[in-house]
Amino acid sequence: MLNYIIRRLLYAIPILIGVNLLTFLLFFVVNTPDDMARMQLGARRVTPEAVEKWKAERGYDLPLVWNSREESLFGKAGRTIFTQKSAKLFVFDFGYSEDKRDIASEIRERMWPSLALAVPVFLVGLAVCITFALLMAFFRATYLDLWGVVLCVAMMSVSTLFYIIGGQYIASKTWHLVPISGYAGGLDAARFLVLPVVIGVISGIGSSSRWYRTLFLEEMGRDYVRTARAKGLAETVVLFRHVLKNAMIPILTGAVVVIPLLFLGSLLSESFFGIPGLGSYTIDAIQSQDYAVVRAMVFLGSVFYIVGLIFTDISYTLVDPRIRLE
Amino acid sequence: MPYVLATDALVWLLVAATVTYAVYCRRHAHLAVPWRRVFQSSAAMASAVVLAAFLAIGLLDSLHYRPQLPQKGSEPKAYATEVLSVLDLGLAHLRGRSEKTYSAPLATRSYAKEQVELPDGRQMRDFPRLRFGGAHLKDEAERDADVAKRALGGLGVGILLCIAVFFLTRKLKSRTPDIPWHAAGISLGVLLLLAGPAIALCTVYHVLGTDKVGQDVFYLALKSIRTSLVIGTLTTLVLLPVGIVLGTAAGYFRGWVDDVIQYVYTTLNSIPGVLLIAASVLMMQVVIDRHSDWFSVAAQRADFRLLVLCAILGLTSWTGLARLLRGETLKLSQLEYIQAAHAFGVRSTRILGRHILPNVSHIVIIAMVMDFSGLVLAEAVLSYVGVGVDPSTNSFGTMINAARLEMSRDPVVWWALATAFTFMFALVLAANLFADAARDGFDPRVKV
Repeated sequence: MLNYIIRRLLYAIPILIGVNLLTFLLFFVVNTPDDMARMQLGARRVTPEAVEKWKAERGYDLPLVWNSREESLFGKAGRTIFTQKSAKLFVFDFGYSEDKRDIASEIRERMWPSLALAVPVFLVGLAVCITFALLMAFFRATYLDLWGVVLCVAMMSVSTLFYIIGGQYIASKTWHLVPISGYAGGLDAARFLVLPVVIGVISGIGSSSRWYRTLFLEEMGRDYVRTARAKGLAETVVLFRHVLKNAMIPILTGAVVVIPLLFLGSLLSESFFGIPGLGSYTIDAIQSQDYAVVRAMVFLGSVFYIVGLIFTDISYTLVDPRIRLE
Repeated sequence: MPYVLATDALVWLLVAATVTYAVYCRRHAHLAVPWRRVFQSSAAMASAVVLAAFLAIGLLDSLHYRPQLPQKGSEPKAYATEVLSVLDLGLAHLRGRSEKTYSAPLATRSYAKEQVELPDGRQMRDFPRLRFGGAHLKDEAERDADVAKRALGGLGVGILLCIAVFFLTRKLKSRTPDIPWHAAGISLGVLLLLAGPAIALCTVYHVLGTDKVGQDVFYLALKSIRTSLVIGTLTTLVLLPVGIVLGTAAGYFRGWVDDVIQYVYTTLNSIPGVLLIAASVLMMQVVIDRHSDWFSVAAQRADFRLLVLCAILGLTSWTGLARLLRGETLKLSQLEYIQAAHAFGVRSTRILGRHILPNVSHIVIIAMVMDFSGLVLAEAVLSYVGVGVDPSTNSFGTMINAARLEMSRDPVVWWALATAFTFMFALVLAANLFADAARDGFDPRVKV
């Protein structure tokens, strides 16, 4: 097992290098720092001096991959944009954002509100969707099941934006149950988080429960279910003790892989509800074209994704004793 | 003067390809059977009608031209820089009739108060009459009666058409009894009943109100349909070749080819989708800004951005299809008939093209229809984040983005959001239902 994890971690390195090269290409080769400077400074203030000053302030005035002005080989390879900006991401040195703040400390600070929103959405969402899917599977081939599926498809067809806007309008503006947006530290946060969590859960119900229902129905067609019924087990026992356990394997694959991504938060809800998490940080960075932050988030996101894949493999062995990681 | 935007050309190319494919399917029984199975589902027929209606509007909106400016004496012909479509021609009365600002659906007065001059010359702050909405009424009290009269007239025409549709479905039903024509008839009937009053009213009122700058919301919604369809279809045009070539190659050649392709798609996959798209779009924006000389008219520039968005969406989302195809190809290449082809010395490209591709085509078709609704929804989100279509392009995303802050006004400006919601919901729901039926029809596990 340990061997396997170490091997997977080593396998992650080429992938992260790939991600890094891709962001490097996108951010520094397709568009040179000069273009970025011009874009940031705006059309009126572009003078060669201003562009040079902008680049020097941010450390973009170095050559891309090879600095021939330096004496030593270390300096030739080291004093370049690639090493200073891209390779440093590997040691989680993200540099500074446009407003000259340390991105790494910003991320550490914003991680907690993101988690406070994303973890409840994930857990409650999983519980609700599995319950709903089990209900539909229990009443399969009845009108309840049919209308359940219709409801799922209808809920899938609504854009997340409408769930958020509608939820804010009904719960905050019409009924005055919770504040429309904002955030507070400590236990006070709960007041602000209730609505985003509920909306997050509701917007996920459609696609997840429909998928889980298919998984349950697939398991129900298996021989062991027939055997269990032939033994005279009650349908609920069959469903909970046998079908649910076996269907958990594919459910876990889908669910565990997103856990690390929870750090990145739910981009939309955070920005709509004014929660100072990583999601709203990313959206703000995209909207203000703060490339350093976008670069950092891209890298962080792929790190989390790879960690998620490893988690998934480990969780397999926990729920399915037949699988051994070698 | 006809004017062809890049997306227009591709859309019509896609239409031509679809028609060719349909004709080809009709001639080959093994290809026609799954499609027949798809259309035997009532849900598929009903949603196909809705999709066809959206498609018709989108296609009309994809025939562009530049209107000729009035000619002065012997000057050479001059054309406006504005690019219009055939749909604009049909909706000229909706496009031209702009109010000053918001107005509620079917309103006769504006949403915001303004200085108005009373008949006796005094000034007063009041809700001014709209320039076009209900302007034909002498007395505003007649509005309800007038609306009812026009709506009933439209409904009457709708009902007449419905009856015609009813007889048509009966005739079709007697010819091909296995196709649920009544489902198509019902959904067409509902569309006609909704369209009748809307068309009857939209000539003199703003059926769905006006937006912040006074544009008719009904017109904006109809114009947004094209953007959604373009994103939903052209993206797959980019996605399919990449996904098919890389997916089947990885599964067929295995070895280092497989390693490289798997590495590429794991890398792409590991970057959260929105971020990758955002990063690419931000970069393309810089390129577009730098090369403003590429575009002669503003519409061309907006169109280029739409095209680039499709390409980026396609290049970032082929990984799912490639993985599916790789797995299926791995399985297929173990089968006897492929082994036999190998033994006969058939070239790899030929085996891939003639023996593997036809047997994975159901996966491709399912992926194509399943992706559509997701892409339409993604457009709205991306436009909200600010990396979607050009702000001057009409799309549901830009509509929602412009209207979302208005929910905090008092009285609430709900109509723009409600319209975007309804149109998007209808489109995505129809696409989802059709995709489900297509999946059921093409799934080889389904027993015939």
